[in-house]
Amino acid sequence: MSDYLPRERFEDLLQQLEHAGYVCVGPTVRDGAIVYDRLNSAADLPAGLSDEQTPGTYRIRSTGSARQFAWANGPQGLKPLLFAPRETLWQATRQSDGTLTFANATVAQSKLAFIGARACDLAALALHDQHFLHGAHSDPPYANRRRDLFIVAVHCSHPAQTCFCASTGDGPSATYGFDIALGELDEGYVAQAGSERGQTVLCALGLSPADPAQVAALERQSQDAASKQTRTLPGRNLRAALFANLDHPRWHDVAERCLSCGNCTSVCPTCFCHSETEHAQLDGASSEHVREWDSCFTRGHSYIHGLTIRPDTRTRYRQWLTHKLGSWHEQYGRSGCVGCGRCISWCPVGIDITEEASVICLQGQ
Amino acid sequence: MTTAKLPMAAQIVGRIEESPTIFTLRLRLADAQARERYRFAPGQFNMVYLYGVGEIPISIVSDPRDPSLLDHTIRALGRVTHGLADLCVGDHIGLRGPFGRGWPMQEAEGHDILVITGGLGCAPVVAVINYVLMRRERFGRLTIIQGVKHAEELIWRERYAYWNTLPDTRVLLAADHGGPLWPWHVGLVTEVFDKAQITSERTIVMMCGPEAMMQAGIKSLIGRGITEDRIYLSMERSMHCAVGHCGHCQYGASFVCRDGPVFAYPRIKELFRFKGF
Repeated sequence: MSDYLPRERFEDLLQQLEHAGYVCVGPTVRDGAIVYDRLNSAADLPAGLSDEQTPGTYRIRSTGSARQFAWANGPQGLKPLLFAPRETLWQATRQSDGTLTFANATVAQSKLAFIGARACDLAALALHDQHFLHGAHSDPPYANRRRDLFIVAVHCSHPAQTCFCASTGDGPSATYGFDIALGELDEGYVAQAGSERGQTVLCALGLSPADPAQVAALERQSQDAASKQTRTLPGRNLRAALFANLDHPRWHDVAERCLSCGNCTSVCPTCFCHSETEHAQLDGASSEHVREWDSCFTRGHSYIHGLTIRPDTRTRYRQWLTHKLGSWHEQYGRSGCVGCGRCISWCPVGIDITEEASVICLQGQ
Repeated sequence: MTTAKLPMAAQIVGRIEESPTIFTLRLRLADAQARERYRFAPGQFNMVYLYGVGEIPISIVSDPRDPSLLDHTIRALGRVTHGLADLCVGDHIGLRGPFGRGWPMQEAEGHDILVITGGLGCAPVVAVINYVLMRRERFGRLTIIQGVKHAEELIWRERYAYWNTLPDTRVLLAADHGGPLWPWHVGLVTEVFDKAQITSERTIVMMCGPEAMMQAGIKSLIGRGITEDRIYLSMERSMHCAVGHCGHCQYGASFVCRDGPVFAYPRIKELFRFKGF
């Protein structure tokens, strides 16, 4: 059962969420990109804009349409909101007698409502939930932020040239992991609840049911969005193919092009590596244990006393790709790639994961 | 529940200078309840925290029978270990742990134990040697094989000589470069395997050290009829979190901190011949 949310009533949805105690975070334009930030009103949404993405390029352009979600994705997914790029985990305090006490950092966190989650990002979120929440040790900062997160998904209607979520099976429409899912049409949105609290919010808006013609139009739009995608991975599970080709000459070839900059791991919604470092305070009495996103493309990532396990770009790119498309299957039951294409757009030299994987897996030596 | 993520305060209650760069710290948890709860198995490790500098994974070498005193043998190599080297008895540090899977000591009961180490990576297997020697009747022959590059790199020379005098215990050392006072083998560590009189169907092998050495060792052992499932090795990778979250220690699909550091060889065999994982 779907409701119809006219475009001019989007503001009511935001207000309803704020009324329920949420701070709304959603897409808005900053520094020439669509990023997720605090939404003060529906006017902050990127109306009339779309994104042009090709290997190594991301540009926003104006469409003249009233649509607010006629774009694919920006550099961020949900990752930075839940798994902070940098945060203090705990603090050590040293008393005058030299004894130490340890305390967890406290996270003052408002309840967030995330507006505009894409299907690829929800797939990535489910993977991070597995990684940070469902193992033997749950990660407290992640768990704190995750607990109250309200998610409004918006089905993707305008995939970028770099997108391949249809190939990974993760999009373009959101099918799980949301409280409310919206499908955007020219006149407004078809809304569907995915949880009880989502239903409560929709009920409070007093919407009328969506017209069957609108639901059908949405279905067509979704099929179009899938068929427009031209990139594909050469299979859903590439574990065997990748690990059978660890000496493939393509690893050398890609290493000649790759700058080992780590942009791909920063924008990847599933990359979870982080480093932990110590920040001693100048008063000498306390020290903070801080974690920050790390990348397997750095030299430090594999460093152990006097030895760097992955000293060159070839072994680092191979580590990244064999993990992302291979080892994830054993670790979390599926590939670590959700087809968002960010690593392709944001790579300064335009390395295309689908192309590299195809050459290595399909043209085994 | 939070002890895995938040360090516990500990005090240095003993310090032994093993060599100019290697030392052993004996640690005691400050909190009585934490001490009471703490249990570990040989081969497991702690994240040892030096105030204001950071944490490093260090294997526990003392016997699990007394988990109130935790010995860690450390080589001063990096920022944290150089700092730890300067600490004295009475100083305070932090400790998270124990982490990981240790040696298969229960499964090894009734078997001959062959311990093979190389370079300076011997601390994790010293836990095995001590464990076996304290429960001598439960195990068959104990053979300790260690290879070093230069004879002077070997620490615990007296200890090896002493172990060699114990019943049913054999020590075989090899140095690539011997020297005038080196009574042991000069050459590769695998060359002393012949002297070890290995009974393949009765032996469990436990190894740690440089991976090239372990690779050569495994090849040689398999050639002597030891099956792959009887070979265990302790792996070393960068570790920051120790709970399988930070990603540094991934080895294929395994998180060395959580699924290791001790692995049965078949579990990691696929990648072992490749550098860079």
